[in-house]
Formats: sequence, structure tokens, C-alpha cells
Amino acid sequence: MSSILQVKDVTKRYSNHLALNNVSLEVAGQSVFGLLGPNGAGKTSLIRIINQITGPDSGEVFFMGEKLQEKHIERIGYLPEERGLYKKMTVAEQVMYLARLKGLSRVEAKKRMSLWFEKFEMQGWMKKKIEELSKGMQQKVQFIVTVIHQPDLLILDEPFSGFDPINAQMIRNEILELRNKGATVIFSTHNMGSVEEMCDHIALLNKSEKILDGTVKHIRKTYRSNTYRISFRGNAMGFTHAMWTGAELIEKHQEDDVHTFTLKLLNNFKPNHLLEVVLPHSEILSFNELIPSMNDIFIMKVNEGNSVVGTKSNFTE
Amino acid sequence: MNKILLIIGREIKSKLYNRTFIIMTLLAPLLITGFMGFLILMSQSDKKDQKVLVIDESGLFKNTLPGNEYISLTFSDEPLEAAVSTFVNRNFTCVLWVAPTIVEGGAGASTLFYQKSPGFAFQTYIKSQMEKIVYEHKLKANNIDPNVIHNSKMSVKLMLEKVNEKGGTEEQSNFGFFGFITGALMFMFILMYGMMVFRSVMEEKTNRIVEVIVSSVKPFQLMLGKIIGVAVLGVIQFVIMGLITTVLTTLLSTLFLKEIKTQLKSFEAQQELVKKHGTNINLQALEKYDDKLKVFEVLQKFEKINFTQVFICFVLYFIGGYLFYSSIMAAIGSAVDSESDSQQFITPVMIPLMIGYFISTKTMIDPDSSIVFWGSVIPFTSPIVMMSRITSGVPLWEIVLSLSLLFASFIVTTWLAGKIYRTGILMYGKKTSWREIGKWLFYK
Repeated sequence: MSSILQVKDVTKRYSNHLALNNVSLEVAGQSVFGLLGPNGAGKTSLIRIINQITGPDSGEVFFMGEKLQEKHIERIGYLPEERGLYKKMTVAEQVMYLARLKGLSRVEAKKRMSLWFEKFEMQGWMKKKIEELSKGMQQKVQFIVTVIHQPDLLILDEPFSGFDPINAQMIRNEILELRNKGATVIFSTHNMGSVEEMCDHIALLNKSEKILDGTVKHIRKTYRSNTYRISFRGNAMGFTHAMWTGAELIEKHQEDDVHTFTLKLLNNFKPNHLLEVVLPHSEILSFNELIPSMNDIFIMKVNEGNSVVGTKSNFTE
Repeated sequence: MNKILLIIGREIKSKLYNRTFIIMTLLAPLLITGFMGFLILMSQSDKKDQKVLVIDESGLFKNTLPGNEYISLTFSDEPLEAAVSTFVNRNFTCVLWVAPTIVEGGAGASTLFYQKSPGFAFQTYIKSQMEKIVYEHKLKANNIDPNVIHNSKMSVKLMLEKVNEKGGTEEQSNFGFFGFITGALMFMFILMYGMMVFRSVMEEKTNRIVEVIVSSVKPFQLMLGKIIGVAVLGVIQFVIMGLITTVLTTLLSTLFLKEIKTQLKSFEAQQELVKKHGTNINLQALEKYDDKLKVFEVLQKFEKINFTQVFICFVLYFIGGYLFYSSIMAAIGSAVDSESDSQQFITPVMIPLMIGYFISTKTMIDPDSSIVFWGSVIPFTSPIVMMSRITSGVPLWEIVLSLSLLFASFIVTTWLAGKIYRTGILMYGKKTSWREIGKWLFYK
């Protein structure tokens, strides 16, 4: 896959702090790219540079192989985290205005507007003023103006914050549909669930630097820690003795006569070895590997960067 | 460029259909002309016919106290009580009673009885005529010929002729008050439209729409579009207000000022005669305009004003001054989150405007002082001060100098404002200080 966006060694400094330090990343075409990081990591700064709202102090950005320039604005759609609309304008006026600022002709803008309004079943709202709309309705309008010019690159800053679950699901489907039609989506979020569900590729920013980069699958595999969860019925004592040399018990839990252990296998002790030694002592009910979630990896990497040790991680299946 | 046009269009549209704007545009001229009409009416409301029954116990005024077109006097020797109780039925509007002791003066030496107030002009007329008769009577009593006194009194009329650089003279209206009014209007308009830009910028910021827009256009384009949009709006408002005011005042002046204008013409003709034939001729004819001299003076000055020049300068200085200040206002609007935070930034901008306003009051007294000169050249105050002295005759080079300085500095302020604006619109949450704004100027 060829890349649609390349960020090369971008540094951005504000008077009293460094917002981005030598950040490079590459976004593949027709994919969903997650830009992750805690608050203040530099995500919005990077997004603003890609949108040409601000410029980098050093480094370069390339869009579809060309150095980023003014004409590219019309190929990019941006939904900022802090988003709003003109309260006194009608929905139709507003959409027309923003669409035309993105370079659409009046006729074209009108055509696409009715298509989108039909899709979201909003035709009756065209003449309403924004201030008369519910918040969810406003969010739909905001989404429409972000995508109305059919951008090749869609940048969504915290797209799910403030959306109700129904709208969030709708936006999620739209994002995937747009990707399938050929668009590339970059979104920044704190919602790790949506990252795993939607992103093909992620980059993690912390303290102005990129600390992790790759496909979601690959990253999760890399951070496997040989941890398993086993549920059994039987003698917990005998079980513990049997696995003694090969595994470390991280957590145990009992409900009636069912025990659930979380184990970390040591050295070359394989899952099959474990099962062999414990089988005589117990009746195995379930056995799975625990792969760290993006949430775990996020917290772990960020804490590493902040050199905070000893946080407890919650593994999920 | 196309995008700036879109922004300008939205800016105009959003304000043009605003109810306050429409009401203001239509109401202001009505108020102005209404006020003028009220003043004129006030000065003319006295001109209703007065039939006066005069009971003169001093005998001094019979055949000497004159009436005029509106005032007719009837002398009678009947007792005062009878006159007062019957004058209304006999179709008199009032009774003037004069005590025998009028010459000695003192309160109560004459009284006017009326049912409907005869008005101020009438009272002034009667009073001044009586004073004149008493005065002449006293002169005669002391064997002084009133004509001697009269002919010795000579009002000196100071004509103003300004000598220009080429040595020629030009008549100037030197209508300081008019200048002050145009200066004050300039002050008002710059402030009004500057605040409009300020609010518009702040609204976009607090609405959080601005980030969406600056991802489509450059922040500088957005700011410029806004400033130009409001300026166009201002011009539209000027034109509408100007048209309505012109129509209404023309109407008003043809209705009410016709008479005084013909009087002015005959007065001027007589003045010419006096100039040609010396002072002693026709003094009596001139005299009858004595009470109108002030009005004539204002009218004469008014007629000498070069309205085309004033209008062109007003438009040029408005554009320059507006652009200068509104770009600063746009920068401030971008830096604050709410109107209540804005005071510390707006006050320093108001101060030079206020200074300009104060200098323009000085222009009325002393249009050629150096503070007025500098005030009309330095861009911070020049739009206001220059307008206030424009009617007193400003050499062309000064206007050119002050306009070029104004336009040059508006380019500088707009450029600086663009830098502040660009950063400011995306700054939320923290209170901004001047120091902070200073730093924004250097961001890339």
C-alpha cells in the first residue's frame, strides 16, 4: 500500500514548551490510522500541522507524495476536538458555506448536501437554526461538513467524545464505509476500544515524541507476555505444587469449587507442559492466552515514559 | 481570493438580517432629523398671531411701541381689571399693563396677562422694544440725541480669509463646531465597527467554529474577510443612513427653512450695499435682522463648507482609521475567551481614540495649534482630529502625509494582528496577558 501522508522529523515549539520533538510517521492509503497519546502529548499540534493551521518549526510533511501545500486543504476533511457551528445560521446555510470554503461549487455543494441529509434523514431540518437543534443533531451536521467535499484524508480529533452511543455507532460505520470507498482516516482518541475495533495502524505519542508505531495486530503480538488464564475444578494446593517450577502465579480467584488462576509461564515452559503437569490434579474448564489490550499497552508505554513503576495492568482476553 | 469573498459574504449576510442592525440603520436618521426638526419647530412655534391689548399708564409707549407681522397692538385707557376680565371675549390674546413708574424700573413695573402662553419669542420681542423706548426716553431726558449714540455704535464684523501657500486668499468657513461633529462621528463609527469586528471574532472563537474554518482557509484570510465584510457593511449602512437623512432634511428645510433663507439673501444683498455705499446708508434696513444675526452666521458658514471635500475625506479617513483599529480589535477578540476578560485589552485601544476626541475639541478653539497638527498626522488620532479641522482649511500636503501614514500603519497593524490572531483563536482556557500576546508574534 502506498502512503498518503508522510510526516518527517517534525518539531514544533511553543514559547515555553516543546509540542512535537522530531516526530515521523507514515499513514498508508485507504486505512484507518489511530493517533494515540495522553492529553498534552502533541496529537492536536500534529493534526494542526497536517491541516496547515500552523506550520512546523522544522521537518516536512508530504501529502500524496507532494510537499504539503495550500491546494491540499481541499483534499483533507477535519473534525476538530473543539467543534462548533454558527448558532444563528440555518443548517443549510452553514453546510453550504463550509462546503464552499472547501472549494465546492454552489451546485455541487447543494447536491451533496441533499444526499447526506437524505442519508441521515435530516431533510426537515434544513431551514432550522443551529441553536434550535439538539446536540446529537448538531454533531451530525458537524460530521457532514467534515466529509461533504469527499476528502482523501479524513482527520477526526476525538470523534466520539460527546456523541451519544447511537451517533457514535453511526459515525463508526460511516468511517469504515468511507475507508472502504477509498478514503484514509486518521483519528485521535482516548477510546481504546474503538482503536482495536477500527484501526489498522496506530502511532502512540507521549511527551512530544512518538514512542510506538505499527499495526494493531503486530503491536499486540509484540507485547504478549506469556500469560494465561486457566479455570479448573479440583485441588488448588496440588495444582500449585505441580506447576511450581514452570509458572508464576499472578492472580487467583475462587468461586464455589471453581478456581481461576492467572499465570505467567517462565522460560521454556510451554502451555502443553503446564497442562500435562496439572491434569492429574484437576478438571480443566478453560484455558486461554491473555494478549494485552491496546489499553494495557497504552498505559504501560506511557508509564514507562513517565518512569512510573509498579502499576497494575489489567489483562483481558 | 474566492474564499475571502465567501467570508465577506457570510459576514455581511449574518449582520444585515440582524434586527438590531436594521432598526439602527433606519432609526438613526429618523432620530437625527427628528431632533433637528424639533429644534426648528421650537424656534418657530412662537409665530402665531398675537393681539395685544396695551394699558399704558406711563404714556410712554403709545405710538412708539411697534407691532410686527404677527403682533398687533391695541392701546386702551380702560381700567386694568375690566381689561383682564374681558380680553379673551374681545379676541385679544393677552393684556400688557405698564405702570406709570416704568422709567424708574424695578419689578412689577409691567405685567403681561394671558390665558395661553404667548411664547418666548414674543416676550423677548416686547421686552427688547420696551427697553429700547425707555432707553431713548432716558437719553432724551438727559438731553442726549439718541441718534448720536446710535450712529456711534458700530458692530465690527471680522471676516476670515486664509492665505494659502501660493499667497492667494481663500474664504474659509472655519466652522469649528461642524468639524467637531464630523470628528465625533468618526470616533463613533470607528469604535462601533471596531467593536463589531471584535465581537464577530470572539463569537467564532467561543463558538468553536473557528478551527473548522481555519482548516479550510488561512487565518489571515479569515481575519481579512471579516474586517472587509464589516467595512462593506459599514458603507452600506452609511449609504442607507445618508440617503434617508438627506431626503428627510431636504424635506425639513424646504418646509421650514425657506423663509429664513430668503431673509438671509436680502440681508446679504443689503450688506453688499453697505459695503459699497458706506455705513450710513440703509442701516435701518439691516437693523431689522438684528435678532437673526446668529442664525445667519451659522447658515453662512454652513453654505461655505466644501461638502465634497468633507465627504471624500470622511470616507478615506474612515477606511484608514477603521482598518487600523479593527485589525487591533480583531487581534484582541482572538486573544480573549469572553467579553469580561477583554476590558484590559480594549481600554488601551480606547485611550488613543479618546485623546483624538479631546484634541478635536481643542480644534474648535485653536485649529492651527501644534497639538492639533500632530494629532491629525499621527495615525492613532489622525482620522478624528483631521476630520475636526478639515473645514478650517488644511493644506493638501498635510492630508496626503497623514493619509499615507495612516494607510502605511494599517498595513503594519494588520500584519501584526494577523500573527496574534492566528495563535489567539486556537488558545482556550487560560487567561491571556500582554506578555503572552507579545510571544505569539514570534510563533511560526
